[in-house]
Amino acid sequence: MARVTAGISCSHVPAIGAAIDLGKVREPYWAPLFAGFEFSKQWIAANTPDVVFLVYNDHATAFSLDVIPTFAIGCAPEFAPADEGWGARPVPMVRGAPELAAHIAENVIQADFDLTIVNRMDVDHGLTVPLSLMFGQPKSWPCLVIPFAVNVVQYPPPSGNRCYQLGKAIRRAIDGFDQDLKVQVWGTGGMSHQLQGPRAGLINKEFDSKFMDGMVNDPEALTRIPREQYLREAGSEGIELVMWLIMRGALEGPVREVHRFYHVPASNTAVGHLILEPAT
Amino acid sequence: MMGSKSYGDIPGTTVFDAEQSRKGYHLNMFCMSLMKAPNRERFKADERAYLDEWAMTPEQKQAVLARDYNRMIALGGNIYFLAKIFATDGRSFQYAAALMTGMNQEDYARMMLNGGRAYEPVGSDKPKPKEGV
Repeated sequence: MARVTAGISCSHVPAIGAAIDLGKVREPYWAPLFAGFEFSKQWIAANTPDVVFLVYNDHATAFSLDVIPTFAIGCAPEFAPADEGWGARPVPMVRGAPELAAHIAENVIQADFDLTIVNRMDVDHGLTVPLSLMFGQPKSWPCLVIPFAVNVVQYPPPSGNRCYQLGKAIRRAIDGFDQDLKVQVWGTGGMSHQLQGPRAGLINKEFDSKFMDGMVNDPEALTRIPREQYLREAGSEGIELVMWLIMRGALEGPVREVHRFYHVPASNTAVGHLILEPAT
Repeated sequence: MMGSKSYGDIPGTTVFDAEQSRKGYHLNMFCMSLMKAPNRERFKADERAYLDEWAMTPEQKQAVLARDYNRMIALGGNIYFLAKIFATDGRSFQYAAALMTGMNQEDYARMMLNGGRAYEPVGSDKPKPKEGV
């Protein structure tokens, strides 16, 4: 049977992708950030999953204001890196896992989470930057990827609690899939940041630190954070953090913290990263 | 209006909700069109003429021509859509963020290197004073 072997959380700042693509990772500005992912690259080389269920948000790339799905699951065999306005990132094609994705969609919808099914979609930096941070620059990605897009662009996004419960439903669906697959669930975005208006540049280390603690020890407490508290304390774009709770829901129960990294800044953003494994 | 909403008191922040989205639909869809290289070329060749192809308000068009991002946001723009404009101009997110704060880019970048803008509680998120204090 398929099983969830680990959860990873990771910010997905576009400038990180540009730094990798333009060979700037050793520059003084970027070196401390990439140093925080050295352990992660080694760890994932030894723990490569068959499939990554990758929770991210689309940034006005595949979805405009014409269609705004709250939760969208990518069921296609492949997904092309998107041209976001400055040409597509020079990264490999993302190969999907259509059978597992369809199985998860069917089961999760029957568990009352009304997903949108997407059979054609380009994927933007929200999805490809975490892959680059974890896998570097391979000729092809070493695993299949199920893109799972969450609306955090138009308010209100789904609540943290809804995301957490959805994660649990995704976990049950994966557990019930009749193929021997190692699946990791990644929750991307965050941490505190604000990209708009006179308050742009907001960073709240205290909020971020407590959030990472909660991801490890008390995710139920995090599910009670109201949307407005994210806006106020983690910045208007910090509300992306609800996506981490899908990952945490999919791990259920106690976890072991394998790795934690936090760094300010990447462009306008606080970068947070966790690797969690089921404690049992 | 943002002022009548419970999140209307967050300083320097416009929440992109259904009302803003409705107001900014054509502005944001114009931005979206700049993801295609031929459209970027046409826009750069004659910004005014390109904008006139869209059902935007005169205020929205003027804000785009002036690259007044705070104004565009007030008129319904969303930052991820507006990003297509500054990408077309060859500018970064950090450039646009600095512009919106009124800081020059160097000072803004230094603020970020020093840990970013500190969070200051306002309005309803201010800690309640304890009784008898």
